[in-house]
Amino acid sequence: MSISLYRAPWLDRLWWVLVFGLALSPFLFIVYGVLGNTLGPDPAEVLMHQTGEWAIRLLVLVLTARPLARWGWPALFRYRRMLGLFMFFYATLHLLVFAQVYVGWSLEILLEELLERPYVMVGFAGWVFLVPLALTSTNGMRRRLRQRWRQLHQLVYVVAVLGVLHVLWLSRSDIGDAVLYGFLLGGLLCWRLWQVSKRRLAARS
Amino acid sequence: MTRKILDVPQIASAEITPEAVWLNRRNLMKAAAAGTLTATLPASAAADPSTLKPLAYTEGQCDACSAEEPLTPVEDATSYNNFYEFGTDKSDPAEYAHNMTIDPWAVQVSGLVNKPGKLNLEDILGGFDLEERIYRFRCVEAWSMVVPWIGFPLADLLRRFEPTADARYVAFKTLYRPEEMRGTRSFTSVIDWPYKEGLRLDEAMHPLTLMTVGLYGKTLPNQSGAPLRLIVPWKYGFKSIKSIVSIELTDRQPSTSWQELAAHEYGFFSNVNPDVDHPRWSQRYERRLPSSLFKPNRVPTQLFNGYADQVASLYAGMDLKKYY
Repeated sequence: MSISLYRAPWLDRLWWVLVFGLALSPFLFIVYGVLGNTLGPDPAEVLMHQTGEWAIRLLVLVLTARPLARWGWPALFRYRRMLGLFMFFYATLHLLVFAQVYVGWSLEILLEELLERPYVMVGFAGWVFLVPLALTSTNGMRRRLRQRWRQLHQLVYVVAVLGVLHVLWLSRSDIGDAVLYGFLLGGLLCWRLWQVSKRRLAARS
Repeated sequence: MTRKILDVPQIASAEITPEAVWLNRRNLMKAAAAGTLTATLPASAAADPSTLKPLAYTEGQCDACSAEEPLTPVEDATSYNNFYEFGTDKSDPAEYAHNMTIDPWAVQVSGLVNKPGKLNLEDILGGFDLEERIYRFRCVEAWSMVVPWIGFPLADLLRRFEPTADARYVAFKTLYRPEEMRGTRSFTSVIDWPYKEGLRLDEAMHPLTLMTVGLYGKTLPNQSGAPLRLIVPWKYGFKSIKSIVSIELTDRQPSTSWQELAAHEYGFFSNVNPDVDHPRWSQRYERRLPSSLFKPNRVPTQLFNGYADQVASLYAGMDLKKYY
């Protein structure tokens, strides 16, 4: 099996560059928009929307990697870590834009937003959970943490639930986005639970 | 008061006044009034000069009728809009509102009035003295603009239909025509169309409440609520209902779209108030557009959007936190 998956190193590198470039491209568009002033009269809203949307899209991709690999298409699985880190990157940009445009870097306003607005709290909590995942994403950390690493990285499902809640609670009149991501991430979570319980049952018998 | 009627001919786009000249037009008008300038003035650059007609109007003379702040550029005011009938993105109205037919247009006035009836657009444009008013416009989403509207007091319109002694409220409805309004066809939209708004009668009769037919010197572009919309400058923007087809006087508080959707977030009054937050975001500051990432242009929000001297008496004795 491992032989059939062998690819020339240069091809691997090419794919890596391609995936990296694709994941980076929304950021480049955003930078272009900010520098070229093409984001309209209220870039705050556009930037929040774009960075948030890409974070959650990448989250969907990351979680889709495993079922795809199970169903015979392992390509995405190789780039799971990179895409996960890009997800953290966009989520961090999302938070930075929020601090710059909505909070004005005021601690007082930040605390008020966090304590009084559930969707901000939930979104922020999601980002906080991503931090240890990003920090322990290296091979060395993975080796050192062993079984703990797997447990720790299951936090990504908690992030997914928080992400959907975040989108749902901030939608005003059209819940299309929340429904879409709710279905996708909910489906992926269910699939994972089903897989885990199947394995546990198999191990017991 | 001297009347300065501007009769503006159709002009080629090449002759359109640069923004700077437009922004300085008050001085030009004063010069015209003083007799030093007799030629007619060209109109401003509006969103789509080919379909928007220049209007004849005077300068609003009432208290607080012309805000001193710099105007939001016309391109921004007509490209960044909330008009959910055409989609929920800010750019959707400018992109899709042209599908709405605004000619012919009629507004039905009904309910507790002695003379119920219908106003055609021609009656509206020809039957009222139009004036320009520069108002701050504060959206509930915490952004704001400064816009030169053209219109006439809603009170002038209501008086023609003679509200009865029982009339206490005014209910408004926006056009609902799904085949021309793609946003109303979205199956994930949770608004029960048509869009509805309402005012207390004393709010509706207040001199600042403007029935609006134009902005920046010309008729309203569709995305801004053509051909006829309300502007209530001391309330959040969603109260200023667009593309009105029905005005009904009632004796009980009418139900409004945003209240039906989330009563705990959007009250009937929805007066601009920095001390009463939206449950999901602060109302203490607003982004005065155009804003940018590095210069967000955050300014403190004012009680009643800065019109407290004119309107606070309407709410004397009311708990503004309770009646938000």
